[in-house]
Amino acid sequence: MLKSALLAALTAIVLALPGISAQAADMKLNTTADHSKFKELQREFTSGPDVTKACLGCHTEAASQIHRTKHWTWEVINPLNNQRLGKKNVINNYCISTATNLGACATCHVGYGWVNSSFDFKSQENVDCLICHDTSGNYKKLPGGGQPPVKDTENPPGSGKIVKAIDLTAIAQKVGKTSRDSCGACHFFGGGGDGVKHGDMDTSLAAPDKEVDVHMDATGLDFTCSTCHKAPAHDVVGSRYMPTGKDSGDMRGKVNKSNPATCQSCHGQTPHKAGAQPAKLNQHTDKVACQTCHIPEFARGGVPTKMHWDWSTAGKLSPEGKPMLKKDAKGHVIYDSRKGDFVVAENVKPEYGWFNGEVTYTLLGDTVSKDNGVTLINALGGSASDGRSLIWPMKVMRGSQPYDPVNKTLVKPHVAGNDDTAFWKNFNWEKAITTGMQAVNAPFSGQVDFLKTEMYWPITHMVAPKEKALGCVECHARGGRLDKIEGVIPGRDANRWIDLIGWLAAGGTLAGVLLHGLVRIARRKN
Amino acid sequence: MERIYIFTRFERFWHWTQALLIITMLVTGFEIHGSYKLLGFAQAGQLHTSAAWALITLWVFAIFWHFTTGEWRQYIPSFKNIDKVIRHYAWGIFQGEPHPFNVTRARKHNPLQAFAYLGVKLLINPLVWISGLAYLYYNELGAAGFNVSLGLIATLHTIGAFMMLCFLIAHVYLITTGHTVGAHLKAMVTGWEEAEGATAKTH
Repeated sequence: MLKSALLAALTAIVLALPGISAQAADMKLNTTADHSKFKELQREFTSGPDVTKACLGCHTEAASQIHRTKHWTWEVINPLNNQRLGKKNVINNYCISTATNLGACATCHVGYGWVNSSFDFKSQENVDCLICHDTSGNYKKLPGGGQPPVKDTENPPGSGKIVKAIDLTAIAQKVGKTSRDSCGACHFFGGGGDGVKHGDMDTSLAAPDKEVDVHMDATGLDFTCSTCHKAPAHDVVGSRYMPTGKDSGDMRGKVNKSNPATCQSCHGQTPHKAGAQPAKLNQHTDKVACQTCHIPEFARGGVPTKMHWDWSTAGKLSPEGKPMLKKDAKGHVIYDSRKGDFVVAENVKPEYGWFNGEVTYTLLGDTVSKDNGVTLINALGGSASDGRSLIWPMKVMRGSQPYDPVNKTLVKPHVAGNDDTAFWKNFNWEKAITTGMQAVNAPFSGQVDFLKTEMYWPITHMVAPKEKALGCVECHARGGRLDKIEGVIPGRDANRWIDLIGWLAAGGTLAGVLLHGLVRIARRKN
Repeated sequence: MERIYIFTRFERFWHWTQALLIITMLVTGFEIHGSYKLLGFAQAGQLHTSAAWALITLWVFAIFWHFTTGEWRQYIPSFKNIDKVIRHYAWGIFQGEPHPFNVTRARKHNPLQAFAYLGVKLLINPLVWISGLAYLYYNELGAAGFNVSLGLIATLHTIGAFMMLCFLIAHVYLITTGHTVGAHLKAMVTGWEEAEGATAKTH
């Protein structure tokens, strides 16, 4: 009673304050255009492409800019080794490959309608502007064509689950710059769920505190993705296919072609100014990536990441013949009949390796074999002595995935889909792989076996506050974080022979003088 | 008993500061090397570097002092009577014989001692100093085009450290071999050496 009276009184006072509502209306936008005032957007939209046409009316070059990016093509050629990469081509050890699974995968494509090879990559209106520029958080697309639901839709068809229609007009009137939310809508969920793929990217970065990421700290620096990943003419910088292993350290603002997304592009090569030994720390920057000390652990935001995925155990059904889910104590899925066994982890200490930015993928058609031990999905170049490498922290994704033991190739199984051959529907590898391989015109012997794979993910997000950076002894010790790494590390490495001879000499000297002294004492007593 | 003022105030200051710094550097150095854990790598590294700069400064002053005073001549090697000195340490000392060497202001060190100190100054010190500076400025060396392996620098520095450790052990013991156990130590504290009775008389 008292409470409600107080509330009413407070409300009255607030409403009586002059200019409150005017202040809200005058709130400064961070752009010069309020899209809700545009006549072109004050109408009903019947589809995604319908919105795009309206966008292109003013932003005439936007679609053709998008057409040149890998966000659109899902294809990129690595100029270092001419490998044809991009989501369209690579095989990983998560959901394995896109190919026939585009219906599911392409909900994250910046376009409308990519379900198979008939998609028109030249179409301007098929560009999806909203997937990146929505600021309302209400935009979504449905699997199986990637169209936004303009009316209530049953999805998947026949499931009885209804996806509510979204208001494209409201969304179109609220477009704006990209944000952690809009980029994260896809990039936080890589690998089929929150935090699954990267380890250093998950929904905890939507509004992180300083402990999780000093740059994106929502109440601090509040960086968006594009603060680092600048995107002139829609070309977003920063690439996992051709990363910068060792930055020359050209600062932003200089005329150059270096990557503006690296730590060095803002912090330079001698970033340590204070603390106990700034000079000594600065001497590390030519050998150790910033990330190695400043990201002591990844998956720190409370969202676990997948560390291991064993496809070979997929397909086990319950006694009733139903797919099963098993969860750990925290409720994270550790077995899924559709996918196999998982190991998930939070606050993971990275593994470390020399990395010079060269990445070589194992692609469809490359020879693989169980006899060669673990197959590397993406072998990273680098060594202690090439002068172009730094020691980088990595998430190493390990797993077991299907391959063709006769043709000795990796395979692209058809997993997602509402049809008879999709693995997630019928749990039959032979059928799923036959369909998947046929679709990409690749040979398949009909035999299925599983081989162990590893995939490397250089870690770069979730930079911790400087007080949490690694101390010297984390690496400068035997059994430390860099225990196995190539190179010379004081505290870890010592020449065994020099040590042996040295201690023998010192011990011998000590024994000699002690003996000499004892004889002197003995003689004196006499 | 004759008393000779053999260690000037600067010499004593130099000696004891150097002693402190070298022991500090050995203790921290072998921790950095990974031989044990005491202060922690970061602390050890920091102290080691600070002590290194202090020692280098001290050495610069000491070298200047040696040349301006002519005291560097104390280390000119001589084999004269070295056999007698060796015989003394190997035999005579156990018989209570007096030291065959006469300490004078012009010749403070017996021939064996002079050799040892010369070895420290011409071999151990430069080895530790040069390899240590190369260690400290490894990145700058690389940037200047000298691609010396860090492993080689570390190995040379470690060899120097072991040699210094051996010297220190022997040195600490040998100061007890004066005409009394504390005589040499006293001389390095006060500056005054009590020349040994028997030989002093003939002097």
